[in-house]
Amino acid sequence: MGSHVWRPLYIAVALIVLVLIARTFLVPEDFGVHERGYMYGMHRKGNENEWKAVTVKYRTASYCKECHADKVESLSRTPHGIINCENCHGPALNHPDDPPTLTIDRSRALCLRCHAALTTPTSGRANIVGINPDTHNPGAECSLCHDPHNPISRSHSDEQARLSQK
Amino acid sequence: MNRRDFLKNSITVIAGLAVPLSALELINPRKLLAEKPDGSRVRWAFLVDTQACVGCGFCVKACKTENEIPHETNITRTWVERYVVTKKGKTYVDSPKGARDGFTTDRIDLNEEGLQEINKDDVEKAFFVPKLCNQCENPACVQVCPVGATYQTPDGVVLVDRKHCIGCAYCIMACPYAVRSFHPEYKTAEKCTFCYHRITKGMKTACVDACPFGARKIGNLRDPDDPVTKTIMSGRIGVLKEQYGTKPQVYYIGLSKEVK
Repeated sequence: MGSHVWRPLYIAVALIVLVLIARTFLVPEDFGVHERGYMYGMHRKGNENEWKAVTVKYRTASYCKECHADKVESLSRTPHGIINCENCHGPALNHPDDPPTLTIDRSRALCLRCHAALTTPTSGRANIVGINPDTHNPGAECSLCHDPHNPISRSHSDEQARLSQK
Repeated sequence: MNRRDFLKNSITVIAGLAVPLSALELINPRKLLAEKPDGSRVRWAFLVDTQACVGCGFCVKACKTENEIPHETNITRTWVERYVVTKKGKTYVDSPKGARDGFTTDRIDLNEEGLQEINKDDVEKAFFVPKLCNQCENPACVQVCPVGATYQTPDGVVLVDRKHCIGCAYCIMACPYAVRSFHPEYKTAEKCTFCYHRITKGMKTACVDACPFGARKIGNLRDPDDPVTKTIMSGRIGVLKEQYGTKPQVYYIGLSKEVK
């Protein structure tokens, strides 16, 4: 057989070798088939730790309790005690170092998440006190009249005040 | 019956009998509870109580902040759907901005078709269904990845390697639950990680911690004393799109036939 048959073969072999050499440099060492097998487990193992290293922003009430034990305790005795502090006060991150103060969400929209009256007869929403946002003091901040840390007492005393005026 | 038909029918019957019962079984959480030879002592599973959900959307807001998903984009790793079924049997589903700001009106958001008013007296049932990645035991999204960028960890969570993902979006198409999206900043596939950085530190996911009503719970299927595992093993639960064979690991209490 003449060399014109072999020459393209040499090129092909050279290309394969080149790809294999490039592969050893480009593919990370921990890339391969891991615990979940060929179909589900082929990946770069180091990526698992990259996901584990994501910063935790919401530290939960147990973290708030370290300094604000009185608030956490008093809130826990009200119907709003089921709400995590950070839902309204924002993620704690490394507070009080960073950020030194948290931004409290006092907006009407926050309260309406639960307290806008909806027609949802077969969900837990039906058991929550709801208002019509278009007619119930539109534009006013809810905390002007209602204490989010003690929703029962303030609204109750308001109700009594209104009754005594009549 | 001639001889040809007799042979045909016999072969069909024999083939039918040959299918083992186990092949027809769609999902069995007990199998996952039994420890696998790979030695992992953890298999994360999620429990959603649709009876408890009130559609406040605190979970969606917390998830977006915790996982650094741009607040103003429409992509979200978890979302809440509202189902309104009328007495005439028509079902309306909406999830404005993934319920990032909760549900505050009775009008149904039908996107380009505008807002739909529904007469209160016509409502047969209405409820909320939180959705998130099902962390399937047989994840279709992982099978289709051409570059090994998405994978399942030994404890059952499906993750995306942002350094290896080429953004072909094949996995986004493959997911039957549409939980994957495209991250506008990283230009890679984006999905719920069960807050891998939190659960591996002994914390709960951001959405579980944000839920005031206990509608979301996470547990370890390989721990028989885990309250979530106990509920799942009771068998009084459902999963989404069971017929796809992906073996989803997000279990639902109070699932309705309208939910897809």
